[in-house]
Amino acid sequence: MSNAAADAFFGHFGRYGGRFVPEALIAALDELDVEYRKAWSDDGFRGEFDRMLREYANCPSPLYEATRLSASLGARVLLKREDLNHTGAHKIRNVLGQALLTKRMGKPRVIAETGAGQHGVASATACAYLDLECVVYMGEEDTRRQAMNVSRMRLLGAEVVPVGTGSRTLKDAINEALRDWVTNVDTTHYLLGTAAGPHPFPSMVRDFVGGISVEARQQSLDKLGRLPDAVCACVGGGSNAIGSFHAFVPDEGVRLFGYEAGGDGVATGRHAASITGGAVGVLHGARTYLLQDEDGQTVESHSISAGLDYPAVGPEHAYLHDTGRVTYEPVTDAEAMDAFRLLCRTEGIIPAIESAHAIAGARRVARELGPDAVIVVTLSGRGDKDGDTAAEWFAGHPEEGRRA
Amino acid sequence: MNVTDAFERARAEGRRVLVGYLPAGFPSYDGCVAALAAMVKAGVDVVEVGLPYSDPVMDGPIIQRAAERSLAQGTRTTDVLRTVEAVAEMGVPALCMTYWNPVSRYGVDRFAADLAGAGGAGLITPDLIPDEADDWLAASDRHRLDRVFLVAPSSADARLACTVAACRGFVYAASLMGVTGTREKTSEQGRALVARVREVTALPVGVGLGVSNGAQAAEVGGYADAVIVGSAFVRTLLDAETPDAGVDAAADLAADLASGVRSPG
Repeated sequence: MSNAAADAFFGHFGRYGGRFVPEALIAALDELDVEYRKAWSDDGFRGEFDRMLREYANCPSPLYEATRLSASLGARVLLKREDLNHTGAHKIRNVLGQALLTKRMGKPRVIAETGAGQHGVASATACAYLDLECVVYMGEEDTRRQAMNVSRMRLLGAEVVPVGTGSRTLKDAINEALRDWVTNVDTTHYLLGTAAGPHPFPSMVRDFVGGISVEARQQSLDKLGRLPDAVCACVGGGSNAIGSFHAFVPDEGVRLFGYEAGGDGVATGRHAASITGGAVGVLHGARTYLLQDEDGQTVESHSISAGLDYPAVGPEHAYLHDTGRVTYEPVTDAEAMDAFRLLCRTEGIIPAIESAHAIAGARRVARELGPDAVIVVTLSGRGDKDGDTAAEWFAGHPEEGRRA
Repeated sequence: MNVTDAFERARAEGRRVLVGYLPAGFPSYDGCVAALAAMVKAGVDVVEVGLPYSDPVMDGPIIQRAAERSLAQGTRTTDVLRTVEAVAEMGVPALCMTYWNPVSRYGVDRFAADLAGAGGAGLITPDLIPDEADDWLAASDRHRLDRVFLVAPSSADARLACTVAACRGFVYAASLMGVTGTREKTSEQGRALVARVREVTALPVGVGLGVSNGAQAAEVGGYADAVIVGSAFVRTLLDAETPDAGVDAAADLAADLASGVRSPG
């Protein structure tokens, strides 16, 4: 681990990660790296971060024994209920951490990118809470598809800037945020929404969301007197997954599974499974797996889940894949929506479609490990935002005799 | 052909070097080559051939739009190398300006070999810092290519020295904190940055970002060895009613800029 620690210090996970950004940003990344490491080892900062999570964000989230889901899947399934956090997802952990750090660095302005709007809403929330100016870049296409979240962000006092270049989606919103950051770096922190991007973002975001696994590990010991056999999480950029895995990585007996968005199926080319169906390259500041054509141009991703619809993945996941510590597999839209309905019907919980990918994965793991297995599944977010998408899907895909 | 000769010739003539940029395949493959030929004839000393990329984070709206159009028309990496070859045949050094992933995907050494084979001078790499560039440092040595890294007003002294030490050909000073694009006024930060670069190297220093006319070129030429112009050339082609009018407008702009680098202010 000492090698890994040294690598992390320079921002590399094996061959992955690093900094592939304009020189103009290096000074800001250096400052962020230093300030972040100072803050993370400062009891005052950690105490304030914990207090905010506890009093404001409703953490630690429960580790909930899903008995009817367990009966249906054929293994003992515990859900890490990040859907019960303030704003309805794990993302509040990251934004509170980075917003608090922004205050500490004395920067008055925050920019963020958002795809479906979840990270944008979380950022706007944290900025309202900590009195920071907030500008959110969002693909024009997405502002239309997610009008509700645009109005939530505006209610919270954020400025939403539609991005009309490129594919007009998340990746272009990130490009535009990076352009803003190059221009305004003196006064501005870029509150990146996932464990990707240039160093130190992947490590920093992992640490801010790492509470998911720290809590789940302790809750598992308290509740069961043992560690789980497996942990399952969905992977888009990979923040909830890295947060779910982090504390378990040294526990060799705990198998770790990441589920990428398989869209229509990896073989169709219409998917967002960067590890399964992509190749190593550089995007948004890091070397990692990404969807690209023969010439290294980024290929658009496809997923029913807006939050997983991103053509790359955080660099630590690329590393955990190569070392074999984590198993990454694709879950198709159809499998995810099946699992979505199953959780609704067995537990009375409407999951985010993102998180439904993890439930679908747990179904496979249960089959492999059998009824005595204990499986922790991170329910990264709640599904209120997905009502329309789900209704549309189920209208086109009537139940084929299968009952939950 | 490396860029050093161009700098030496300009120095002997008591003027600055004019560097002109267009993305390959814009407005079309042939249109780009025709515009570059006209620009060279009107006084551009060194050409930067842009490799159009899907995610150009260092570029403002003008170059973004041109790159998008070029890609939509099907421009491939091999077309970029063909453009470099066409420019080299015009008798001026041709650098390729590229984000890193297309090179990484092509294969760093293979790209360097093919660029050298096309008569290219080297690479300008806006999102590659020397810290991440081991394979490019080796490949550029092997194939005797120039390697132009960027420095910025925010670069700390120690970083500036390291980055400059990794450069060959010239140093690209991004004169302001921001993306490419034309600006009403050139930045005062450019002058200070060039002075800091000169403290740590004898290499020529080129200044880019924001220059769009002869007067600005003269002003920047007052402290820099090369004046780098991109967005303003792209804009002449974007605004033109016909391809021929675009070529003429690009040539007029090149002539205006060329007179600017001959009367440093």
